[in-house]
Amino acid sequence: MTKVVEKVSKRGKKTPKYNKETYLTWYETMLRIRRFEEKSLQKYGQEQIRGFLHVYIGQEAIAAGLVSAIKKEDAIVTAYRQHGLAISRGISTKKCMAELYGKKTGIVKGKGGSMHFFSKEHRFFGGNGIVGAQIPIGTGIGFAEKYRGTDLLCVTMFGDGAARQGALYESFNMAMTWKLPVLYICENNHYAMGTSVERTSNVADIYKVGSAFDMPSEAVDGMSPESVHEALSRAAEHIRSGKGPYFLEIKTYRYKGHSVSDPGTYRTKDELKEYQSIDPIKVTEKKILEGNIATAEEIKAIKDKIKAEINEAVEFAENSDFPDGDNLFEDNYMQEDYPYTS
Amino acid sequence: MSRVLALRDAIREGMTEEMRRDDNVFLMGEEVAEYNGAYKVSKGMLDEFGARRVVDTPIAELGFAGIGVGAAMNGLRPIVEFMTWNFAVLAFDQIINNAAKTLSQSAGEFNCPIVFRGPSGAAGQLAQQHSQTFEAWLANCPGLKVISCIDPADAKGLIKSAIRDNDPICMMESEQFYALEGEVPDGEYLTPIGKAAVRREGTDVTIVSYNKMMLVANDAADQLAKEGISAEVIDLRTIRPLDHETIVNSVKKTNRIVVVDESWPYAGISSEITYQIQKYAFDYLDAPVVRVNAPDVSLPYAAAYVEAYMPNPKKVIDAVKSVMYR
Ligand SMILES: Cc1ncc(C[n+]2csc(CCOP(=O)(O)OP(=O)(O)O)c2C)c(N)n1
Ligand SMILES: [Mg+2]
Repeated sequence: MTKVVEKVSKRGKKTPKYNKETYLTWYETMLRIRRFEEKSLQKYGQEQIRGFLHVYIGQEAIAAGLVSAIKKEDAIVTAYRQHGLAISRGISTKKCMAELYGKKTGIVKGKGGSMHFFSKEHRFFGGNGIVGAQIPIGTGIGFAEKYRGTDLLCVTMFGDGAARQGALYESFNMAMTWKLPVLYICENNHYAMGTSVERTSNVADIYKVGSAFDMPSEAVDGMSPESVHEALSRAAEHIRSGKGPYFLEIKTYRYKGHSVSDPGTYRTKDELKEYQSIDPIKVTEKKILEGNIATAEEIKAIKDKIKAEINEAVEFAENSDFPDGDNLFEDNYMQEDYPYTS
Repeated sequence: MSRVLALRDAIREGMTEEMRRDDNVFLMGEEVAEYNGAYKVSKGMLDEFGARRVVDTPIAELGFAGIGVGAAMNGLRPIVEFMTWNFAVLAFDQIINNAAKTLSQSAGEFNCPIVFRGPSGAAGQLAQQHSQTFEAWLANCPGLKVISCIDPADAKGLIKSAIRDNDPICMMESEQFYALEGEVPDGEYLTPIGKAAVRREGTDVTIVSYNKMMLVANDAADQLAKEGISAEVIDLRTIRPLDHETIVNSVKKTNRIVVVDESWPYAGISSEITYQIQKYAFDYLDAPVVRVNAPDVSLPYAAAYVEAYMPNPKKVIDAVKSVMYR
């Protein structure tokens, strides 16, 4: 494993390529997600949050790269490991936290919980709990953009486990045949629950699957916002020029268990430590300071701001009302007088 | 002799005994081998049987269900585990269009002795996609048999019968009640498919249910007893074929019936039972059949929705009192 780690052992020492604003945006995005997720785990432990909780800790550089490489108007759809992506698209941490708490003020009024965030305003199409289901859905969102003649694309994200669903084959084939504006991103965090990528296929390099359709496909270092940004920018340009879909396998790592109840016995502590040693937040902070991109005071100000923001999000969630169970019949049909069966 | 076993251990014991007995039986599914099962139902089975017979699959429900069907047509007796039945929806093509139809479309040339199993039903605040029951969906399809049971002893006896059965079987368990304990007899025994069990005898009203709603029905019956109402409680255990005889015999005695069913009301198991009652016991009824279901909606995340959605003892007691005109 860990080709990524070897390749980038010098990471942090490379000279900074981007401007101050970009680095600080990446840093702030990643820190916001990290602190949000740490808080959500803590609140889950206190039983304020229930159900499944799949956190994004370790994978934040992907969300950061998305912020700088993709237009705000581009659509995005992903799986249940979605808090970080939702936050990076601009959904407020308040509404996200309130959703985890199952409150009326949550992004979907407490109806979706951790796995199902949606926001038309942010072009965030969910939050899917069925592994791989969003691959054709993202393809369809892209289909609609092409149909309407826009230059927008749909970022369609899925895990390494999801990459083995048949839905991927069908979607890739149609997207390539019809040259749909879809940016497929496999977030390869090396495990689907307890199953390592190597155990799910003869082809461990997931990006190679795209070549069966002649779809341009690459592997990307997902522990660095720079490399994510560069790959995404390249892919987006290709897609917007009308040449059809693009596939990026972004190699990353989840530091925590699959969901809250996973003991994680299928992997070694050393493997985890290796990735934590190239933690994108730490590395970016170091780069910012050592490259004199910003001062220690500026970094501290960001940290303080995020800390306050996450605390406010919790306060907001805690002070919000729970929905009324009697509203069960709301939002099941658009038809207002639908005759329910009793 | 018997011992107390948890549901997950009872199901495992049933599978293990059948795998020792017949080399053609194997277990396949997501996380069943090295992870010891997402809900630890298959814990230790890889150690005993090895990777030839306890097979981890990628997340590819349609594919591995179809591999099960093909293997069954070619002489093996697969047990295909779905992490939950919600995910088996991806495999419905193979279950409905192939497993269920192989015997008919091959004019008896091929049969499909396969067991598809996993948990069904809501399990707390898991939201819309992870909270569904599938008994009614599958029971609608000719060619399949459907089992749904959380009693540890019967679950063991039923999985053993299912593995030996020559028809395709869908078995529903319960994520929330894999730790539920019960007396399980030692040694070899089979629970017949297609037979309901009278769990509690009574004279005033029949309550019929299955899977984890049996706990709700039993709880309601306990509370009703304190109020002097004697409820007979029937556990269907098998959904298809439906043992309407046991239900009808009970109704002939009690003249009133309440169906407690977690599945949705429209075209659900409760609708089928109600039809059978009016067909076979119309003249014995002193009140219309009343059912307690999940409401006709998707289940959202927040606790208040789960509370409002799930059948509970209070709803059952109210239903019983309504059929008793109390
Ligand atoms: C169709 C389907 N099958 C199984 C599951 C259960 N399940 C939930 S997440 C998961 C692992 C997915 O792994 P991956 O795609 O790598 O995403 P990650 O969790 O690593 O982000 C499984 C098997 C599901 N939700 N849907
Ligand atoms: Mg993964």
